[in-house]
Amino acid sequence: MGAISIRDVIKRYGHGLKANQVIHGVNAEITDGEFIVIVGPSGCGKSTLLRMVAGLEEISGGEISIAGRVVNDIEPSERDIAMVFQNYALYPHMSVFDNMAYGLKIAKVPLAEIKTRVDKAAKILELGAFLQRKPRELSGGQRQRVAMGRAIVRQPQVFLFDEPLSNLDAKLRAQTRLEIQKLHNELGVTSLFVTHDQVEAMTLAQRMIVMNAGRVEQIGTPDEVYHRPATTFVAGFIGSPPMNLIAGHGEGHRFKADGQSIDLPATAPREGELILGIRPEHIEMNSGAAAAGHWSLKVEALEMLGAERLVYGRLGGTLFTVRLDATLPAPKIGDTVSLKASPDHLHWFDAATQQRVV
Amino acid sequence: MGNGSGMVERRPTLGLLAHAVQIIGVLIIVFPIYLAFIASTHTAAEIASSRPLSLLPGSHFVETYRLALFGGTSSFGSRIGPSAPMMWISLVSALVIAIGKIAISLLSAFAIVYFRFPFRSLVFWMIFITLMLPVEVRIGPTYSVVSDLHMLNSYSGLTIPLIASATATFVFRQFFLTVPDELAEAARIDGAGPIRFLKDVLLPLSRTSIAALFVIQFIYGWNQYLWPLLVTTDESMYPVVMGIKRLIGGEAYTEWNVVMATAILALLPPAIVVVLMQKWFVKGLVDTEK
Repeated sequence: MGAISIRDVIKRYGHGLKANQVIHGVNAEITDGEFIVIVGPSGCGKSTLLRMVAGLEEISGGEISIAGRVVNDIEPSERDIAMVFQNYALYPHMSVFDNMAYGLKIAKVPLAEIKTRVDKAAKILELGAFLQRKPRELSGGQRQRVAMGRAIVRQPQVFLFDEPLSNLDAKLRAQTRLEIQKLHNELGVTSLFVTHDQVEAMTLAQRMIVMNAGRVEQIGTPDEVYHRPATTFVAGFIGSPPMNLIAGHGEGHRFKADGQSIDLPATAPREGELILGIRPEHIEMNSGAAAAGHWSLKVEALEMLGAERLVYGRLGGTLFTVRLDATLPAPKIGDTVSLKASPDHLHWFDAATQQRVV
Repeated sequence: MGNGSGMVERRPTLGLLAHAVQIIGVLIIVFPIYLAFIASTHTAAEIASSRPLSLLPGSHFVETYRLALFGGTSSFGSRIGPSAPMMWISLVSALVIAIGKIAISLLSAFAIVYFRFPFRSLVFWMIFITLMLPVEVRIGPTYSVVSDLHMLNSYSGLTIPLIASATATFVFRQFFLTVPDELAEAARIDGAGPIRFLKDVLLPLSRTSIAALFVIQFIYGWNQYLWPLLVTTDESMYPVVMGIKRLIGGEAYTEWNVVMATAILALLPPAIVVVLMQKWFVKGLVDTEK
């Protein structure tokens, strides 16, 4: 029912020579009931894409269909969607009840039905006690729930979330994340959720769309995106601290980067210019000299994060991070340690295209 | 208020000084009004004979005001025209001007802020530039247009040329620009068309600005003198401000008590508007929404 299909979608501002294209042909198929997170750095076009699905931005090229119906020329209110905005966009002069009921009143839903739906949404969101209050009398978290309530009462085919958690403090954000997850389990409505926060993306998404500079870099489950990033951008964007990416030259068991030769636990997928990616958490560290399949790193800095410890050094001219369990003995600054990664945890990217190799 | 006064040290001398300045200010404003009121309670003969004027009220309050409001023959035998119909003309004109200005400015600001149309900013600047063309500057051509359209001696002639307002348009535009875009978008998703959005969202949010502008424009309309002087030749269409002028001088003896009574009467409606709207003002300032 609530499937969304995005085909070759382009967004351009202005016309002719002055045209500024910000989205360059995005394709995505979203099945009914899926929770999709669109994630990317600011300015990557994720919000624009969401707003095109909502109908708040014109579609310059391509096609978007919701529930099998092409919506390019359909008004937002007719698209059977509901949207939760970053600043909630509650009507300041209306009570919580009226905020939730406004769309239904315009749609001429009978008053008894409006009341039932609002009460039901208020119950799910624990807003029952606040229905007669004005938004300014509510806390940030409560306003956020009212915004979700306004979306729920419409009983739409699709929920659209535009960074709805970014105005909340860290603790409330984590709590609301769980509530959104619970809500999705209960209602099962197709959801598109835009965020720049990779933790939100990883925890909420059934599948995620990673965007950069107006293009889709990868679409996949959080697992796939984390374990098999399709491009160096995804590799560097998802995961904290980010994946170590070293540009160099592959030659069998050896990888030459900036004059340093690294002994690999497995052969490089091909000869030539490559980028090697290793996540900081997928490295084993031993003290002492490097054996075969190991390489050495001079410790330049250390960071203690509580449960883990970050060890920084330089490998092939680039900063290299290792994440260690804090219970393990810590190296000292200036020590040379020997590192080893398992062959399953090596990622290879083409140096020219930045695409994953194999 | 608490924050503001907390910044200043509370010293008794400063407080005294502040009060003294305020009291002097109030006296400067109130004394002439008091004098006018006192004069209106004496007979014309008493005013003419007493130098300086008595500062105590006289005993002719009721008869002077009756004469001023409903007209008749004064104790000197001169005919006094009634000011009640003129008050009505002034009230209707001021209301039409104030409400008209607000309605037109709201709509033009709404169009300028929320709609994309060719030459939008040119239109805005053209409206804005009319600030440099008040009635006094364009009085000749405006008179000719009104006269050609046969609007002399009518409410339309008294009000329509004064309705367009760049100031109010600018005030509403500035206010609309502070309303988050997401509100308009949320309303669009809720299925509210432009007029619905204006009525259900923008109007309630702008009520403080509307109240403020109503007060200012009502007084502006009520105080019009030059324009009515030109477009009305028929006594039955004279507003009260002109009526006061007509009581002074002329061929008849000036009955200062009636002049002062009419002036006090003419002062009342704007004063009432200010007093009543002040409540709204404060309410609007206290409930900061958005």
